[in-house]
Amino acid sequence: MSLLFLIAVPALAQETARDETVDVKGIIFGHLKDSYHWHIITIGEKEISLHLPVILYSKVSGWHFFSSRELEHTGSHEGFHITEEGAHAGKLVETLPDGTELKPLDLSLTKIALAVMINSLLLCVIVMCTARWYRRHSATDPAPGGFVGLMEYVIAMIVDDVIKPSVGKDYKRYTPLLLTIFFFILLSNIMGLIPIFPAGANVTGNIAITLTLALVTFFTVNVFGNREYWKEILWPDVPIFLKAPVPLLPFIEIVGIFTKPFALTVRLFANITAGHAIILSLTCVIFITARMGPVIGAPMTVLSVFFMIFMNLLELLVAYIQAYVFTMLSAVFIGLSRPEHQTEKKAKANAMANGRQPTVKVKEIH
Amino acid sequence: MDLLIPEVGTIIWMLIAAGIVFFILVKWGFPMITRMVDERNEYIDKSLLAAKEANERLAGIQNECDELLKETRAEQSRILKEAADRRDEIIAEAEARAKENGDKLISDAREQIRLEKEEALRSLRRQVAEISVQVAERVVRKELSADDEQLSMIDRMIDDVKTGK
Repeated sequence: MSLLFLIAVPALAQETARDETVDVKGIIFGHLKDSYHWHIITIGEKEISLHLPVILYSKVSGWHFFSSRELEHTGSHEGFHITEEGAHAGKLVETLPDGTELKPLDLSLTKIALAVMINSLLLCVIVMCTARWYRRHSATDPAPGGFVGLMEYVIAMIVDDVIKPSVGKDYKRYTPLLLTIFFFILLSNIMGLIPIFPAGANVTGNIAITLTLALVTFFTVNVFGNREYWKEILWPDVPIFLKAPVPLLPFIEIVGIFTKPFALTVRLFANITAGHAIILSLTCVIFITARMGPVIGAPMTVLSVFFMIFMNLLELLVAYIQAYVFTMLSAVFIGLSRPEHQTEKKAKANAMANGRQPTVKVKEIH
Repeated sequence: MDLLIPEVGTIIWMLIAAGIVFFILVKWGFPMITRMVDERNEYIDKSLLAAKEANERLAGIQNECDELLKETRAEQSRILKEAADRRDEIIAEAEARAKENGDKLISDAREQIRLEKEEALRSLRRQVAEISVQVAERVVRKELSADDEQLSMIDRMIDDVKTGK
């Protein structure tokens, strides 16, 4: 991200000179939010951007297909325009004949949607290339080096440190799914940090994306949860007055089913969004201080570049940690949905003996 | 606030893309890798176990070797000692036999010499006797032409023989 802005310094500087103000909020939200076109670079006066298809379904006027290029000149097309305020700011809305605005079903292939596809393709290529090495070798061959070795190291670490202890007995069933979630988030996070097309879209900082990922976990947990799990929710092992006649604890447990994916959604979204916002803010410091003259501008630029490098490295760490945490929590939720058939006492004793009880609790609090 | 509202379109696109990716990777991607990693881990465990066993066996063999070497050394020194004894024995025996042989040879030779000497003496005496007889014959033939002389002669000769003896 920051690099993109460093490249675009002259363009922005000109703009600054014209407008005399730096629209920090506009720059930051412009990046964080989805858009109908993918701005690649501005060279001088010329903007190079990818115009993406707009697909809309309106209850009033039916289906609409057009390129976002159409919106560039007039700002509106076929009765649709991008609204600036309200709950749908930045989205296309339809102006009805009576003057009211209606939000259509927006299936446009937006910047985020395209980035998701690019990331998905890249992920498939990476993993299938790795898998190809294994298809061509046998277990008795020496371990792979280079990129395949790195992938194997990361996979083995996630499986052994996260999935195996968290899911429990039949962890092998869930390993591919959890690994896919991990690598999808990790790759999307890293791609979000690379400022140049085709990377640079704020994929995991989009709440729709993190919600979808959390829903995958949600369905895995609740579809494959065993009887013990549902019994613990609907008829937990507590004194009778807590569950009948007022189902106090079952109610809390049922709310808990939905708070888990919600927590997953918000955690990933908030972490990545905050990271991007901080890096962009630091970038904007350069343009704000540049207007105050070279005496303030020069040292502040150096300082801000230093902080940006620091933040980028930190974000690289965050990219890994958030993918790790999301996978770990998903694994823990799956593990909790498959309690083994034994009495509560025994389970507790076992857990204490294994030293796992505290870990699980900590994970739940996160 | 609009940042916090999930867009339905994005969710649908994400579901499509992620669904395809998940399907591909869950079916053909990760199981391949994790299975292989598990297999390799198993293989390594097995190899380690085999190596340990081999090491133990090797240590056993080493011990056996040492034992064998020790035994062999003992055997060697025993054989050497035996050989030396045997050698001494043979030499002594040979010496004894040689001495015996030598003695026998010497005694034989002495006997031979004695016999030959006797033989020589005997033949010498015979020859002397013959020569004496021939000489006597000739003398007798010549002398016996006169009877006196003959008789004196005979007497003389008998005397000679008596004294000569």
